[in-house]
Amino acid sequence: MSGLELRDVTKRFGTFTAVDSINLDVPDGTFVCLLGPSGCGKTTLLRMIAGLEEPSEGFILIDGADMTPVPTHKRNLGMVFQSLALFPHLNVGENIAYPLRIRGVDAARQKARVDELLELIHLPGYAERGISQLSGGQRQRVAIARALALSPKLFLLDEPLSALDAKLREAMQVELRQLQQQLGITTIVVTHDQREAMTMADLVVVMGEARIRQAAAPVEIYRQPADAFVADFIGSTNLLDFAADSTGRIEVLGGAIAGLEAPDGLGQGRISIRPEDVHLVAPGEGHDGTVTFVRDLGGTIETFVDVGGSTIVAVTTPRDRTGIKAGDKVGVVFPPEACVVLAR
Amino acid sequence: MRREPPRSAADYAPIVFPGVMLLVFFVIPFSIMFAVSFFRRNPAGFYSPDFVFDNYARFLTPFFGTVLGFSLLLAILVAIICVAVSVPFTVLLARASRRAQTLWLVALLSVLSLSEVIIGFSWSTLLSRTAGITNLFVAIGLMEEPRALLPGFGAVLTGMVYQALPYTILILYPAIVRLDPTLMEAARTLGASPVRAFFNVVVPAMRNTIVATLIMVFVFALGSYLLPQILGRPRHWTLSVLITDQAILQSNMPFAAAMAVFLVLISLALVGLTVMAGGRRDAS
Amino acid sequence: MTGRILQHLFLGLVGLFLAMPLIVVAGVSVNEKKSLTFPPDGFSLAWYGELFTDPGWRGALVASVLLAAFAAALAVIIALPLAYFLWRRIAPWANIFRLLGVAPFILPPVITALGFLSFWATAGVYGQPVTAVISHAIFFVTLPLVTISLGFTTIDRALVEAAATMGADDRTIVRTIILPLIVPYIISGYAFAFVLSLNEYIIAYMTVGFTVETLPIKVFNALRYGYTPTMASASVVFVLVAALVFGLIARFGDIRRLLGAMRSDG
Repeated sequence: MSGLELRDVTKRFGTFTAVDSINLDVPDGTFVCLLGPSGCGKTTLLRMIAGLEEPSEGFILIDGADMTPVPTHKRNLGMVFQSLALFPHLNVGENIAYPLRIRGVDAARQKARVDELLELIHLPGYAERGISQLSGGQRQRVAIARALALSPKLFLLDEPLSALDAKLREAMQVELRQLQQQLGITTIVVTHDQREAMTMADLVVVMGEARIRQAAAPVEIYRQPADAFVADFIGSTNLLDFAADSTGRIEVLGGAIAGLEAPDGLGQGRISIRPEDVHLVAPGEGHDGTVTFVRDLGGTIETFVDVGGSTIVAVTTPRDRTGIKAGDKVGVVFPPEACVVLAR
Repeated sequence: MRREPPRSAADYAPIVFPGVMLLVFFVIPFSIMFAVSFFRRNPAGFYSPDFVFDNYARFLTPFFGTVLGFSLLLAILVAIICVAVSVPFTVLLARASRRAQTLWLVALLSVLSLSEVIIGFSWSTLLSRTAGITNLFVAIGLMEEPRALLPGFGAVLTGMVYQALPYTILILYPAIVRLDPTLMEAARTLGASPVRAFFNVVVPAMRNTIVATLIMVFVFALGSYLLPQILGRPRHWTLSVLITDQAILQSNMPFAAAMAVFLVLISLALVGLTVMAGGRRDAS
Repeated sequence: MTGRILQHLFLGLVGLFLAMPLIVVAGVSVNEKKSLTFPPDGFSLAWYGELFTDPGWRGALVASVLLAAFAAALAVIIALPLAYFLWRRIAPWANIFRLLGVAPFILPPVITALGFLSFWATAGVYGQPVTAVISHAIFFVTLPLVTISLGFTTIDRALVEAAATMGADDRTIVRTIILPLIVPYIISGYAFAFVLSLNEYIIAYMTVGFTVETLPIKVFNALRYGYTPTMASASVVFVLVAALVFGLIARFGDIRRLLGAMRSDG
């Protein structure tokens, strides 16, 4: 197959397993986000793809060829490091030209390529600047341009935007995605920011405790989380324990949810329902609850409702501002089509 | 580049030359010196191979005991004076501006790098009758007439403190410069005077550093070999002087080697103590 | 307020203590007649001239400069690959060489000197100038080893990894990334070793004392066998060279970092 394949890739440090039997197919031109909490093994996996760590077991294939024994400098990839790793003794142009220079590309072609890349990252005329004269966002772009200088087969980024402030980060996410689509290059980004992953990726790979928990398109990850870990990590959600009888009828917080069935044989588990899917109605309908706190964020309103000792969060928009306040009795409805039934 | 164990022969290549140089020109000379300390003196040449303890037995003479005792006492005195001056000095230095710190450091390094010969010569001039400081005292009416302040114990001590002071300051500098300045400030806000804050906060926080510095300076002072000769009388000679004297002028290499081995053992034991003190500091 | 005055007074007294002998020597060095008086009797720079014209003094000066130049170079050549290996490889056994590199400097110098004396005498090359170069290089290898090792700790390993992802092999990385970043530390290490070798007496004396006269040996001999203001002018030259070299390091490098003002891992 063409593209990147990971086969049972495992990395152990002593007795600690950092990455556990990862299998993944990444077709050419895909934008992948490796997403997970810190310590889940996502950076180690990226470093193995780059050849900066050696897998303890398993294989990494590119276009069907085993890359495992190939050293980093022969892998034809571009990588952006978390610290950016711009060379402090070289200026912007020299940094970008570095991969060309060490291959003996002549000066005129180096310059032409540097100018072309500076154009691409919207920093034309910056070639002579020193690295220390750049802002955080500009450095970011230079690191990206340098990694792309050789038009690599694989573009790897390790938490590339984590040092930027929130506004700039969002702008760069969009820019990075547009750049990737323009170049059509296979890209793998490590991030712990689920918004970042949702913004950029074709394929989100959620990792937890050294394993892949789910690999799917962003919307699918959000709407159809594979397990409670994914549901909880991606966005916020209400996770509720349920018990089902032999007919599959599901009961949550002491009340049934009509129209929702548990799969055969699943006697108990959890349902996940996103806060924006929870409906608040008049008392008497649905589950009875008491409002404990209302947070009006302007764009959205979060209402915290106590139902039989559990706190349910419902999000509404100001358009249907209901005037509900703390202490009010309400009814809480979980629409069956919005509920995802999960095993434990 | 991740750090990784060397695998191929090429991975070991960088350490071959340094390794060989250090083994051949440092480890072997020390081994030879150790061996020579058991050899017999040969008035015709340097020494004759043998295995005798005579050279070590000479340590038991009163003469050697006196020299050893004097060397140790002198080194301890130098270490105490240097540390007592350097700790407050370095605290003040660390609070000076970057520029002032740099100027002081350049000056200290310049003095530290001076040859013992030059330090000895300078002080012998400063303490002499013709060019010395006493001329200044005469000029301002403190003294009747200039006189020489050397040779003597005071001159030796002054010269050695001069030699060791920059060394002491430069050892203390990193530890003191990194000392949290808010410690002092906190003590001041609690009502302590600067001097009190210094003794109640800085000194206890630096206890291990100060002990380690005392030992380092002590070992440094033990190594002084020219100042006692230039500024003192023969009874002010130290073990280092004696070693040089025996090796070069008396051509008694085996006895010099035995004394050197003894000096190594003292130094190593003390450096070991320093390392242990450092280890405790890291642990706490 | 009085506190500040007292503090400055204290700093000033220490400074005076350090400067006093050098001031007197500088004064002595400009005496017009061949006498060591202070304040100087007349003014003349003739004794500085003698340092460069008198064959004995000039020979000693040349010998010292050559010895220091070669010894410091050899010390750097030993220290650089060792520091690189210790930084690049996980090899706990190699720390023994770090210890060996630092040991000569911590032990009383007379011991190292005696070790060299017995070694060269046994090897049968006692008195050859090259023995002094090697002995000084080993004795002062500590200085470039410490400064260059410090330099390595300031290199972000991600830089090296980044170069590898762009296609640089180990050799290219050393040439294009590591050496350019480490050069200031190499120069500092060389300069420290050079200045200290220039001033070193005991090892030079015990290895080549009877065949080559270095400047410190010459000054010491003059101390014994007849004072002359040339000794003073030589001392002043030493002080100026040291101040110049360390001043240049301070001007073009970060001397505070070299002396440990910043955590090397920070």
